[in-house]
Amino acid sequence: MSKQNPKDRLYSREHEWVVYYEDGTATIGITDYAQEMLTDIVFVDLPEIGRKVVKKATVAVVESVKSVSDVFAPVSGEVIDVNTALEETPELINQDAFGEGWIVRMRLSNPEELDMLLAAADYDEMLKEEKH
Amino acid sequence: MELIFEISKHGRSTADVPASDVPAFNIGDAIGSKYLRDDLDLPEVAEIDLIRHYTNLSRRNFGVDLGFYPLGSCTMKYNPKVNENVALLPGFTGLHPYADAESAQGNLQLIDEMQKYLCGIFGMAEFTLQPAAGAHGELTGVMMIKKYFEKKGQKRRIILIPDAAHGTNPASSALCGFEVVELRSNSEGGVDIEHLQSLMTEDVAALMLTNPNTLGLFERNIEKVAQIIHEKGGLLYGDGANANAFMGKVRPGDLGFDVIQLNLHKTFSTPHGGGGPGSGPVGVAKALVDFLPVPRVVKADDKYKWSGKFPDSIGRVRSFYGNFNVIVKAYTYIRSLGAEGLKRATEMAVLNANYIKEILKPYYDLPYDRGCMHECVFSGTRQVSESGVHTSDIAKRLIDYGYHPPTIYFPLIVHEAIMIEPTETESKETLDTFCDAMIAIAREAKENPDGVKCAPVTTPVTRLDEVLAARKPDVCWKRS
Amino acid sequence: MDYCPHTSEDIEQMQAAIGVAGIDELFADIPEKFRLKQMPDIPAALSEQETVSVMSDLAGKNKLPQFTLTGAGAYHHFIPAVVGHITGRAEFYTAYTPYQAEISQGLLQAIYEYQTMIAHLTGTEIANASMYDGASAMAEAAVLCAKMSGRNKIIVARSVHPEYRQVLRTYSWANGYTVVELPYAPSGQIDLESLQRKLDDQVAAVLVQSPNFFGVIEDIAPVADAVHNKGALLVAGFTDGTSLGILKPAGAAGADFVVGEGQSFGNPLNYGGPYLGIFAAKEKFMRRIPGRLVGATVDKNGRRGFVLTLQTREQHIRREKATSNICSNEALCALAAGVYLAALGKNLKRLSELNIYKTQYLKNKLLGLAGWKEVFSSPVYNEFVLRCPDSKKVNEKLKNEGITGGYDLQKNYPELENSLLFCATEMISKEDMDKVADILKR
Repeated sequence: MSKQNPKDRLYSREHEWVVYYEDGTATIGITDYAQEMLTDIVFVDLPEIGRKVVKKATVAVVESVKSVSDVFAPVSGEVIDVNTALEETPELINQDAFGEGWIVRMRLSNPEELDMLLAAADYDEMLKEEKH
Repeated sequence: MELIFEISKHGRSTADVPASDVPAFNIGDAIGSKYLRDDLDLPEVAEIDLIRHYTNLSRRNFGVDLGFYPLGSCTMKYNPKVNENVALLPGFTGLHPYADAESAQGNLQLIDEMQKYLCGIFGMAEFTLQPAAGAHGELTGVMMIKKYFEKKGQKRRIILIPDAAHGTNPASSALCGFEVVELRSNSEGGVDIEHLQSLMTEDVAALMLTNPNTLGLFERNIEKVAQIIHEKGGLLYGDGANANAFMGKVRPGDLGFDVIQLNLHKTFSTPHGGGGPGSGPVGVAKALVDFLPVPRVVKADDKYKWSGKFPDSIGRVRSFYGNFNVIVKAYTYIRSLGAEGLKRATEMAVLNANYIKEILKPYYDLPYDRGCMHECVFSGTRQVSESGVHTSDIAKRLIDYGYHPPTIYFPLIVHEAIMIEPTETESKETLDTFCDAMIAIAREAKENPDGVKCAPVTTPVTRLDEVLAARKPDVCWKRS
Repeated sequence: MDYCPHTSEDIEQMQAAIGVAGIDELFADIPEKFRLKQMPDIPAALSEQETVSVMSDLAGKNKLPQFTLTGAGAYHHFIPAVVGHITGRAEFYTAYTPYQAEISQGLLQAIYEYQTMIAHLTGTEIANASMYDGASAMAEAAVLCAKMSGRNKIIVARSVHPEYRQVLRTYSWANGYTVVELPYAPSGQIDLESLQRKLDDQVAAVLVQSPNFFGVIEDIAPVADAVHNKGALLVAGFTDGTSLGILKPAGAAGADFVVGEGQSFGNPLNYGGPYLGIFAAKEKFMRRIPGRLVGATVDKNGRRGFVLTLQTREQHIRREKATSNICSNEALCALAAGVYLAALGKNLKRLSELNIYKTQYLKNKLLGLAGWKEVFSSPVYNEFVLRCPDSKKVNEKLKNEGITGGYDLQKNYPELENSLLFCATEMISKEDMDKVADILKR
């Protein structure tokens, strides 16, 4: 069973989450539902700090034994930090997708894009439909 | 089992080296010590220990000679022993690739005749034997397609690939700079003609089609498919991985295929060697002959020789002439069987697959229930929903019954796919006992699912931790 | 002989079970007009005895020389008896790729051991389960470098095997990369100054071979420095694998990838194949390299075992995003190489020394002939280039005595007129070499 989707953040239809801060930065990861679908994560290909990405472009790649999945940037901006702990322990995403398993931090270039993302309740609703 | 490094002891060896019959000298002085290595850490084992090491390893390995190997799409037929024997004749093994043509007339004749036989069997204008494996042949084929349009001055960007295709198809296309567009299968498992029509434009270079497809189903609309592609100036590429389904019954050249690659280690009985050497000949229609790799064998004044004088060729894809010794075995196979034998091989392969399909149908879901060719694809979805037993569990349990499992989780369009290819060299008794095992496992899945999930229990190791292997890769042993 | 065990009774029973009246019904999906009426033009079937006779005749049409002085990418070495006995075990050679690890531990472990030996020999940290041959291994390494860096230019030394360069050109053209050739210096080594001039920020990889096609040993370390200074990667090949028994491997001198032909390790000449491509690399490229990789792990009970690993690199998962489409490689040839290396062990160094001694002897013998001159000044392993008065005549004279002479370089290097590339492995005796000199004196 997936964990509850926390209400303190926004979600993309591609199963990424975003926590936005007042200073114009955000932390990004994949949802617990996504990690469950991917099964055991064995490797995370992290971007270089300073890379500029546009919304929907690949910002990281998450691999399980038998699959490769792109993590799409839910918003545009510049990568300002990556979770280097994932290099040695990619399973952090499996264990704590919404916390210790965060993937990148970005400085947003267009915070209005946040309006396009889903609130937790809407994401819950989307998952319910997807499961049917 | 211990590694060869772990049984190594300083001072032992298997192979000795003769004493020098010419003057020795100080190599450090002659060559320069900066060019010499400091250490050479190879195993040191006595001959008897080396032989036991590898012989014991072999006992932990399963091959066709040990039992039924119905690995779908891999055509694990019997590897005739006479092929192995003649391939070891010194005339075939001993010649240097740069031996002059006069010294290599036997080899050149064999290559030339092999190409002609393949042209006859598959209805193509010309073949190259240079590619070393099926995927290599596929890459060669797509390169020729690229060259064909380059020569015509057309810039076509797209290759169409059905959703059921082998992963090599999109990979080969991308390596030649093409964009891959996926073509849907219809409810019968064939090409969705309407979808093809909507995708086929003058920007499409080719459709890569496996026929019969990876569901083991023959494309009933093949004539229409070829027509749609050709009307827009595109080419039809045939992945010949499944050639064991039609050899002697129908020729891809007649169906409108412009390029086809084969796998001699599947269709033509050469052993797969645990992952090669294979051989991946490519046949082309007349319009593409000029683009074949060089060198090509030519005949003049009743003598064969190599020629590189084909200016429109894509060039070389491998050094020398391909996996020659594999070709010797395939040639031997064709000579042994003759035309009638090849046709009978196909017929018995298709008979065997349909037989298995009929027997197992009540016990496993059959997503596309129609006459199959040389392989049939079941689904383990019923077992998943009934008892949580997955296809991978069924496969592992088959090992305990003494069989190599079928191909699983492929094609991707079938959930929990179980792809069974029996080949023609298996007897009815073998198929019956295999089906009995499959039926017994279906029953076990209901009655004792946890038992099935623990399989295999008869092997030297149980299921291995693939997650650990990928998270903390250890691909080279290090002295601790 | 068709190897089908079906009796007519079997066929009838099976047809009845399927519900068809005859075999042709099984092929009903093939449109009628395409069904083959006439069989392809192939000779009639043969009994096993006839097959052996036909094949023996064909093999007999080849003329094996007494010995050969040509190497040029394929080398005649002695193969210890143990190699054929192991590769001839049907448990190995009648297996497919080891997808089902529990019943493939034998091959998986043997390949893991092979990977370990190759990584050590090449001075790198990792090696894959093999590629098709040395040429395609080098081409795939170049393609990988370009894909990783986003750069599109590849520099290749002209002293790299001509056929390797041809394969590289084919792969590069298909991928849309540019190939630039790098001249050799009078020493036979690559021209380092020219390399520095050609290196720019569009160069993905520099490809060299050591020993190179002329047999000359390259000085890899300064080349590696120059290449890395411009952010490019160094792919180093070799000609005869036995050279690794004594020469410092390119991996230890800074190469990022070491690729080459592994035929010398226990695989017969076979008129050019099957051989095996060695592909080794620095550890940081592990998740990018092409081909199969075997990794060690444990089973549920904690026992050591082996699996195919890091498969997300490969085409069946990554599909159009894969950096290579390779599946089948040359596993049995890699097994032969592993057995060969384990059989020789530290004796590989003695074998390398013997090759160097023989080569020096042959070179001295030939230089004693009137009008013969050395072409390159740098040290060599077991091949060397000499200019002679008339290369065609030399090879003709030797051929008349049943000896294959040197490789005539002029067809690939127009500037190297009358220059022959000779090779002397442990298979050539002093007597053979004396005979060669005597024949050429006549």
